[in-house]
Amino acid sequence: MSRVEISKIEYAIETDVLRLVETIISKHGCNRSKLIPILQDIQNELKYLPRKVLEVVSSKLGVPISDIISVASFYHQFRLEPVGEYVFQVCFGTACYLRGASNVYEALKLATSKVSITVEKARCFGCCSLAPVVMVISTRTGEKYIHGRLNTNDARKIALKYSATIRK
Amino acid sequence: MSKYSLHEIIYGHHDLRVHVPISSCTLATGAQEVYRAIEDYIKRTGVSAEIHRVGCMGLCFLDPWIMIAGKNLPPAIYANVKPLDVEKILDRYLSEDLSGAYALRFRIDDKDYGIPLLDDKPEWKYQVRFVSRNCGIIDPESIDEYIRTGGYEGLRKALKMKPEEVIEVVRKSGLRGRGGAGFPTWLKWKITYEQKSDEKYVICNGDEGDPGAFMNRLLAESDPHRVVEGLIIAAYAVGATKGYIFVRAEKPLMADRLEKAVVEARKKGFLGEKILGTSFNFDIEVYRSAGAFVCGEETALIAAIEGRARPRQRPPYPAVSGLWGKPTLVNNVETLAHVATIFQVGVEEFTKYGTEKSKGTKMFCVTGAVKRTGVYEVPVGTTIKKLVYELAGGPIEGRKVKAVQVGGPSGGCIPFNLFDLELDYETLQAYGAIMGSGGLVVIDDSGCMVNVAKYFTDFTLAESCGKCLPCRVGMKIMNDILGRIVNGEGDVSDIEVLRDLGVSIIKTSLCGLGGSAPNPVLSTLRYFDNEYREHIENRKCPAKVCPKLVTYVIINEKCRGCGVCARQCPANAITGAAGKPHYIDSSKCVRCGACLISCPFGAIEKT
Ligand SMILES: Cc1cc2nc3c(=O)[nH]c(=O)nc-3n(C[C@H](O)[C@H](O)[C@H](O)COP(=O)(O)O)c2cc1C
Ligand code: SF4
Ligand code: FES
Repeated sequence: MSRVEISKIEYAIETDVLRLVETIISKHGCNRSKLIPILQDIQNELKYLPRKVLEVVSSKLGVPISDIISVASFYHQFRLEPVGEYVFQVCFGTACYLRGASNVYEALKLATSKVSITVEKARCFGCCSLAPVVMVISTRTGEKYIHGRLNTNDARKIALKYSATIRK
Repeated sequence: MSKYSLHEIIYGHHDLRVHVPISSCTLATGAQEVYRAIEDYIKRTGVSAEIHRVGCMGLCFLDPWIMIAGKNLPPAIYANVKPLDVEKILDRYLSEDLSGAYALRFRIDDKDYGIPLLDDKPEWKYQVRFVSRNCGIIDPESIDEYIRTGGYEGLRKALKMKPEEVIEVVRKSGLRGRGGAGFPTWLKWKITYEQKSDEKYVICNGDEGDPGAFMNRLLAESDPHRVVEGLIIAAYAVGATKGYIFVRAEKPLMADRLEKAVVEARKKGFLGEKILGTSFNFDIEVYRSAGAFVCGEETALIAAIEGRARPRQRPPYPAVSGLWGKPTLVNNVETLAHVATIFQVGVEEFTKYGTEKSKGTKMFCVTGAVKRTGVYEVPVGTTIKKLVYELAGGPIEGRKVKAVQVGGPSGGCIPFNLFDLELDYETLQAYGAIMGSGGLVVIDDSGCMVNVAKYFTDFTLAESCGKCLPCRVGMKIMNDILGRIVNGEGDVSDIEVLRDLGVSIIKTSLCGLGGSAPNPVLSTLRYFDNEYREHIENRKCPAKVCPKLVTYVIINEKCRGCGVCARQCPANAITGAAGKPHYIDSSKCVRCGACLISCPFGAIEKT
């Protein structure tokens, strides 16, 4: 990528975001092997990995953007799309799946369609004995709450409980 | 743990000590709120009491549980405690009324409180708590408590030996890897030890990506120093100077506790330079993986630490050329915790248990359709029946157990009529499953085996890294075929295609993911052929699970005519007047199931 293009990208994202990315990269070292921790830190700050930011990472680390996207889309932790105030991760591990995770997932989707809550399927949280399990992540504070032994009624209650805390 | 120190840890130095488990599973059921309620109680009543944070003892069906130990009273465990119950429970306990307790941890006199002993309960009695001995008893964030139970004694002993002697102890123990394949631990150590290299690494594999297995999480959250101690001993034996503990971002508490343990161990001189006054230098870094199933495979795990994501061809094995091309030892969390325990208490304590070919104990997670879900540590070679029926309590009322899935996405389903089989590496393999990390998911008559097979191919297909063709394309074809079968569009010839394809994917895949991904399909074809035929020939799902093969009906007696379902139905298939029972027009229904999950009264059923 030519120098001109890089500066164009850098121009297109806000300077504070750019500074953030630079700080994170210099903290870990400008090294390909630090790609995953770098992406983790960026996501912690920005809640997801915007394409433009990935391009900056690509140019700084000298790693092709296709490699970065392939890493970012392969690992479950990374998100390439913006998310709501809360992310509801419904476990689709074996124990949860067999105990009705799909119903909980659909119920949460229905109950949150009008609020800023993202519902997604997730891998096992290691609380399989309490299946089905949902992990709620506050994207504002980063706090995580696990809820276990849920049915569709509980799911609706959880959706209401967290919806009520979202600033309008 | 000696009786004395157990007593000391349980009673502490106050009149009253309340033990509250703080781990992922208990937090999910409200342990934090219970903790706060106990704090309030202590403040309000002014009793001389202390709360003791502990890990999880593995009896997850009790969550959240607490244990109360008061002066002159036996320690009593209470199950499924709610914050609002706390006051009543503590008031009663302090007035020597123990009713409502689930069990007594032990007795202190002959007085009969009418509460059974934990040791008399089948879920405890049949366990041999070897690696899990401290789980649920000590504070996982206190290195002092770990040391008081004999912790780091194993390391002290090992450091007095030569590395060859340490490896010899592990050989004598007969310990085999608890992370899946059951490879003899000593042999891997020996190969790594024999490599000439300026630098060597040891890695603790705590990825635990198998859904349905959480013994590593439980162990590392409840007794993290045991894992750290095992890793230090391993490093000393093979001559490594740097170690990693590989944990997933999905399991944050596990990573936090291990990280804290590493810091504390460093402060006490168990890590760092000149460990315990010897010339041995070693340090550990906790690596938080971004989560992908294939990263549990050792070459992919190493690639992940290097910033890449894919497995590679073996040989060379990591023991010869691993992280950054250097000799690298990869061992599972439980394997390393066993090492620490073996060095602490002696080889004989370990070899007492197990079978001829596999010594010792193994932690098994039993989840799914049983009464007592949890983690049970039993001798290798315990029968499936004993584990599922006696320890985990058998099926939920009114249900029948059909099969157990052992070993996760790489494993297989063992049918009920083979439950006398013993849980060891070779037996399970011979019957189409694998020991894997030891996750057993029990499936009852409400589960559909074809659907389960489809579920696992969804999983492995999504997790395939795509590097090699058999896994990437082969699993896609198997998944498509299963997709047709569960939708009632299967063909009789599909069964043969699935079998042949499965066998060739296993033979030709590069890594163990593809090399085992067809197992769930092959094992269900082997034992549940009839269920496949029902789906294909009669377009029926006998367990009424596969959405496209069921009919939704409204039970008139339960329907209150609220109309929620009708509003959710995307096909306008539901009609009815407000306040009157509604009706589903089966010819319009697209079988999405939206009505079933939206009905607040549970009035919709599948037939
Ligand atoms: C797809 C795949 C996933 C694996 N996942 C894990 C895992 O989560 N934890 C683990 O310890 N071993 C896992 N393994 C096995 C490791 O490759 C390796 O054999 C093991 O960590 C060695 O440790 P052990 O000898 O102590 O068992 C996996 C293997 C494959 C093929
Ligand atoms: S078998 Fe699958 S996961 Fe393993 S290397 Fe091949 S494509 Fe990747
Ligand atoms: S299967 Fe859901 S938490 Fe493990």
